[in-house]
Amino acid sequence: MPEGFEPKIVAFFCNWCTYLAADLAGTSRIKYAPNTRVVRVMCSGRVDPQFILDAFAKGADGVLIGGCHPGDCHYQEGNYKALRRFVLLKRLAKQMGLEDERLRLEWISAAEGERVKTVINDMVEKVRALGPRVPARRKEVA
Amino acid sequence: MKPKVAFYWCASCGGCEEAVVDLDEKILDVANAVDIVFWPVALDFKEHDVDAMPDGSILASFINGAIRNSDQLKMAKLLRAKSQVVVAFGVCAQLGGIPGLANLTDAKGIFAEVFKDGVSPVRLHRDNGHSLSLPEFFDTVVELGRVIDVDYYLPGCPPTPKIIGAALGVLLGSELPPKGTVLAPDQALCEECPRKDTRPEKLLLKEFKRVHQVVADQQTCLLAQGLACLGPGTRAGCEAMCPRGNMPCTGCFGPTSRVRDFGAKALSALASVIDSDDEVEIARVLDALPDPAGLFYRYSLPSSLLGRRRME
Repeated sequence: MPEGFEPKIVAFFCNWCTYLAADLAGTSRIKYAPNTRVVRVMCSGRVDPQFILDAFAKGADGVLIGGCHPGDCHYQEGNYKALRRFVLLKRLAKQMGLEDERLRLEWISAAEGERVKTVINDMVEKVRALGPRVPARRKEVA
Repeated sequence: MKPKVAFYWCASCGGCEEAVVDLDEKILDVANAVDIVFWPVALDFKEHDVDAMPDGSILASFINGAIRNSDQLKMAKLLRAKSQVVVAFGVCAQLGGIPGLANLTDAKGIFAEVFKDGVSPVRLHRDNGHSLSLPEFFDTVVELGRVIDVDYYLPGCPPTPKIIGAALGVLLGSELPPKGTVLAPDQALCEECPRKDTRPEKLLLKEFKRVHQVVADQQTCLLAQGLACLGPGTRAGCEAMCPRGNMPCTGCFGPTSRVRDFGAKALSALASVIDSDDEVEIARVLDALPDPAGLFYRYSLPSSLLGRRRME
C-alpha cells in the first residue's frame, strides 16, 4: 500500500434524512474523517446503479449510500427501491471482484448526526485497510 | 465504378456472417450495388490484398466480433486506414458481446481451464530454419470502438436482415447520419413487443422464474410472468424476435442512447419490481437470478463502466 494512502469515498446522501444528518453533524461540530465527497440526491431511490459503477470507474475507493430509515422515505418507497437494487448490485459487484467493504448502504435519519460520524469513520478505516482500488481497465487492457 | 466494401470477423461466432447471407435474394442487390473487396469467410482475398489498397479506398468496412488477440487488433487498424466508414457490425463489435464474458477471468485463467496441465499455446515455434507464430492472446477483451475509430454501430446477436438492409440503404444514400449513430430505433424493445398491452401499469413480482422452470404463456408479458425479460432496458429493432418465440429478451441489441451501462440499468429495472421491503426476502427472491453478471452483462461486459473483473 502506498505511504499515506487516503481513501476517496463518494457518498450519495438523500436530501431529507442523511444529508440533513450530515448537516447536523456539521453544525454540532462533530469531527469525522474528511475522506467523503458527498453528493446530495433527492432520494436514495434516485441513485442509479450507473452512478455507483461510474464512481468506481473514475477512481473512487468506496461508495456510500445514505437514505431514510425504512418507513420514513419522503417519497414513501424510494429507499425500498434503493435496497432492492443494492442487494442485487452487491452480488454483481462481488462477481466483478469488488470487495464487500467498498460498497455500503446505511439508513441515517435527520437526527442522527452522530451516526454520520460513526459510519463514515468506520468505512474509511475499513477501506483504508483494503488499500487503493486500482481500476481494472486501465491496468489490463492491451 | 461501384463503391467498395469489406467484411471482417474478429472474436465472434460466425453468426454475423450468417446474418449477411440471410439477406437472401437481397444480397444480389447488394452485390449489384457494391464491390466486395475483402470477406475472408466467403472470398479468397488475403491481408496483403488489403495492404495494397490505397488508404480510404474502401467505402465501408463491416467489422464484427470483439478484439481479443493481436491479429484482430492489427486487421481492425488496417481496415480502418483503408476505409472511409467503419461499421461495428453486431453486438460483439459494438459492446463486446459473448466473447467479452471472458473478462470475468484472464488469459491465464482461460488457459488453465481449457488446457489444464497439458500443452498450452506457444507464441513462437522454430523448427529447421522455419518459424510459426500465434497472435498474442490478450487478458482483456475489448469492443471495437476502444481500439479504432468507429463511425456507426449495428446492434444485435446477430443484426437482423431488416436492420442490415436499412443500414446499407442509409450508407448508400446521400445523407449520412451523425457519426456514432446506432443504426436501430432509439426506443425500448417493449414498444415493438406484441405482448406490450398485457404489461401491468405497476409491475411487482414475488418471485423470478427461469426459462426451464415454467411453460410460459404465449400472450402475456414475460416479465409479468416472472421471467427475467430485459426488454424494458433493451433497444428495439429485432421486432421482439425472442418474446415472439416465447423466450425472454436477453438484451442483445444493447441499450438506448440514454443509457451508458446496459447491465447496471437492466439490473436496476429488474430489482425495482421485487414486491418486498424486507432485505432477507429480497435476497431470497434474487436467489432465482444466480449469475447477475452473466444475465445483465451477457453482451456488454467489455464496454461496461467497470469493463472487467478485477483480478487478484
